[in-house]
Amino acid sequence: MIKTYQPSGLRESNPTRAEGLLADLHLDLPLLTGLVLLCGFGLVVLYSASDQDLGQIQRQLVRLTLAFAVMFVVAQVPPAQIRRWSPWLFGTGLLLLLAVLIMGQIGKGAQRWLDLGLFRFQPSELTKIAVPMMIAWFLAEKHLPPAWKRLAAAGGMIAIPVLLIAKQPDLGTSLLVASAGVFVLFLAGLSWRFVGGMIITAIPAGWVLWEWGMREYQRDRVLTFLDPERDPLGTGYHIIQSKIAIGSGGLYGKGWLNGTQSHLEFLPERTTDFIFAVLAEEFGFIGILLLLLLYLFIIYRGLYIATQAQDTYSRLLGGSLTLVFFVYLFVNTGMVSGILPVVGVPLPLVSYGGTSLVTIMAGFGILMSIHTHRKLLPT
Amino acid sequence: MALVKQKKRKAKAKRDKPVVAPSYRARRWFLLSLLAVAGAVLAWRAVDQQIFETDFLQNEGQRRHLKVVEVPAHRGMITDRKGQPLAISTPVDSVWANPRLLSPDRRVLAPLAKVLGLKVDSIRQLLARHSNRSFVYLKRRVNPDLVDRLGEVLKRETISGLGLQREYRRYYPGAEVFAHVVGFTNVDDRGQEGLELAYDQWLRGSPGRKRVLRDGHSRVVKDVESIQPPRPGKELALSIDRRLQFLAYRELKAAVTRNKAKAGTAVILDVATGEVLAMVNQPSYNPNGSKRGRRGRFRNRAVTDVFEPGSTMKPFTVAAALESGNYRPETLIDTSPGYIKVGRNRVRDHDNLGLIDLTTVIRKSSNVGASKIALDLPREALWSLYSKVGFGDPTDTGFPGEANGQLTPFERWARIDQATLSFGYGLSVTALQLARAYSVLGADGVRRPISLLRLNQPPEGERVIGADSTRALRTMLEKVVSTEGTAPRAAVPGYRVAGKTGTVKKSVAGGYSKDRYLAVFAGMIPASAPRLVMVVMIDEPAAGKYYGGQVAAPVFARVMAGAMRLLNIAPDALETQGQRLAAAGRVK
Repeated sequence: MIKTYQPSGLRESNPTRAEGLLADLHLDLPLLTGLVLLCGFGLVVLYSASDQDLGQIQRQLVRLTLAFAVMFVVAQVPPAQIRRWSPWLFGTGLLLLLAVLIMGQIGKGAQRWLDLGLFRFQPSELTKIAVPMMIAWFLAEKHLPPAWKRLAAAGGMIAIPVLLIAKQPDLGTSLLVASAGVFVLFLAGLSWRFVGGMIITAIPAGWVLWEWGMREYQRDRVLTFLDPERDPLGTGYHIIQSKIAIGSGGLYGKGWLNGTQSHLEFLPERTTDFIFAVLAEEFGFIGILLLLLLYLFIIYRGLYIATQAQDTYSRLLGGSLTLVFFVYLFVNTGMVSGILPVVGVPLPLVSYGGTSLVTIMAGFGILMSIHTHRKLLPT
Repeated sequence: MALVKQKKRKAKAKRDKPVVAPSYRARRWFLLSLLAVAGAVLAWRAVDQQIFETDFLQNEGQRRHLKVVEVPAHRGMITDRKGQPLAISTPVDSVWANPRLLSPDRRVLAPLAKVLGLKVDSIRQLLARHSNRSFVYLKRRVNPDLVDRLGEVLKRETISGLGLQREYRRYYPGAEVFAHVVGFTNVDDRGQEGLELAYDQWLRGSPGRKRVLRDGHSRVVKDVESIQPPRPGKELALSIDRRLQFLAYRELKAAVTRNKAKAGTAVILDVATGEVLAMVNQPSYNPNGSKRGRRGRFRNRAVTDVFEPGSTMKPFTVAAALESGNYRPETLIDTSPGYIKVGRNRVRDHDNLGLIDLTTVIRKSSNVGASKIALDLPREALWSLYSKVGFGDPTDTGFPGEANGQLTPFERWARIDQATLSFGYGLSVTALQLARAYSVLGADGVRRPISLLRLNQPPEGERVIGADSTRALRTMLEKVVSTEGTAPRAAVPGYRVAGKTGTVKKSVAGGYSKDRYLAVFAGMIPASAPRLVMVVMIDEPAAGKYYGGQVAAPVFARVMAGAMRLLNIAPDALETQGQRLAAAGRVK
């Protein structure tokens, strides 16, 4: 078996060389194509969701350009370099999170922003990349699977930023950061017994979180998620309206710019967290399938790159970044279609807004760097 | 799946590297199946909502943004006989709130309260009181400029749960001059008083319904379809002539003020058609303004209030005498010694007038003369004439609260009743009834129904008195309006005027008052072929003068002088004008 597939591994690496210019620019064509298509589709939906506000489209275009530029720059950096920066980036992220708690800007009821004079910055976004980088760096130092002590230390490294973010409070981001770290642990070879034990302890832990860890509004969201009719004019309103929007799209949708739920302002946050509902209403089931296929293609390519990675650090980081991207997608679409509670997670690369866009694209930059800096196997 | 397998195998190929954990493969399968399950859940959710539940959810959506609302119907206009508007509906907006959506936050309400001219606390109380409802009026029927300012505020700040509702507001250009006749509507556009109430069904029309598209803030975005168009109310043309009404109102008000009277009423009838050309009352009110505390002023006294007609009744007693065939205008009646005894009661005149003819009974208004005539006639004949000219008979204008007056059936008359009825005590009439009775005299004995609405052709009349009798009576009544009569001040230059004064002691508990009077004048013009009949009644003049000839007659003269000019009615006192012209010629 191994012998049969050895040549195919060689053949796989040939196209990388054949890509010529793109390879020199350290860009991965399939991944880039998927990202550009997804962002383009996102702009089309945003145009409708923003009530044809060209100003918003323009600002989103500027952000996309910036994000792609960040991706391009990151892709030029060899994985070894990225690996060396990991602890420093993680340290900076922690300091900034502390700074935000002390002197952060308050926006929409939470303390998340740091005013840097020129622009406002959300340090929690930085940790979305810094945490998996740090854990991957930490675990790749020694042989895998990691020892219990090392696992515990890694767990602590995840827990500190997650708790700091949860305290802001920003449940959505802390969830994403936590899952990014946990994915690295899992990929590194967390023992199955431990995974099983975690699942068993998750239930009492959930109860503890419910009793002491959650703010009143967070508990409210979970309760109304379980029963939206509990408070149809308050918190449940979001879920009910978005379910109606998705459902009334039907198979083919109402057509671009023709959604009633969204344009009549029934749908809350329709350019940001709930943009999926706008898409579902206007493009129907077909539109959702198209969107999901684009996402799955990107995720498939990300996972493929991770498996092709030549060192443990790259493999762990690449796998974690791709899986977090999937978590993004799943949490957002899940909350909009009513299978998950409403936590503020945007639809990646489609929702209006800047900071998360830049971090996600930086992540894809890392993936491209991993793939294009491979040393080809000597023949 | 082949791809996945291939990947797996590649991973296996890499396992030569020592760093790769042995459990890598199972781990990857685990993750991939987790992804597959999550993806399937998402896809199933989409299928479930968009294919299986789409009808239900679409319906839910439509329930939220489609709504059937009522379209108010335009209430019909009320005009005078010439089409001049007396009551018009103009579209206005009412500001309403949804207490469930409108935030009770002071910062939200402060700009709103400022524009609406309300207090923040009162808005909050209103919202709190109706907190479980989704509709409450904040302010109804606001001026258009307020709507503009509200729009500016809404542009600056986002206030949800606020809306405007189109309504119609009634405006009364005639204000207090027409207040009693036209009446007014309430805040829901329903007639409350006057003809607005009497013809409410006619004027109201029926509201339509339409489907509208609402946005998430309950604002109507656009009309989707009209389910049933509103049917506007019909127009109502009154018989009133706006010019005569204004003239009558002005003169009545001046007279009531000058004589410090409690109240006053004047009615002008068109003799030929029975149409009411003017109907005014004092005190009045402005139907456009606040009606609080003005209840007593709402009464249209001309049709709702009754009084004893006093001496204005005498012409009908004399008419009965003439109709009996036993009396002629020159028939003499002995009124000395200025009173007669009827049973235990005494009927008096002011002076001992001695032996006088019928004309003088009218001209000098002799109670004794009228009583003697009445007592000489059969009760039935007298009653029959009184009721034929309409005493005790409803005026049937349909006006709300219309009074019928009272005339006791002759079977129950005692002799003293027969005597007092002849000079207008012991029965009650409205000003409109009295005017109708005089219009019979003016129309050569033909009685026509009274109408407050404009008629296209004169209605069929019914002869109730002989033409000769009424002509003779008019000649007698002309003598009243002369220097020898009781009402020289009712004279209108250039015209012959026939009329009769009445100075009625008001009945009070236990008898008649000694110092409270009604001053009445009922007359017609031009006396040769009467066109208009006017009744003026001034209630309790308190400035010294109280005779009908002093207080009420001048009102008649002023209004009729103007009316003759306005209606372009030819003078019939030609010899006077001829003499004047001749005099003018002599001066030349």
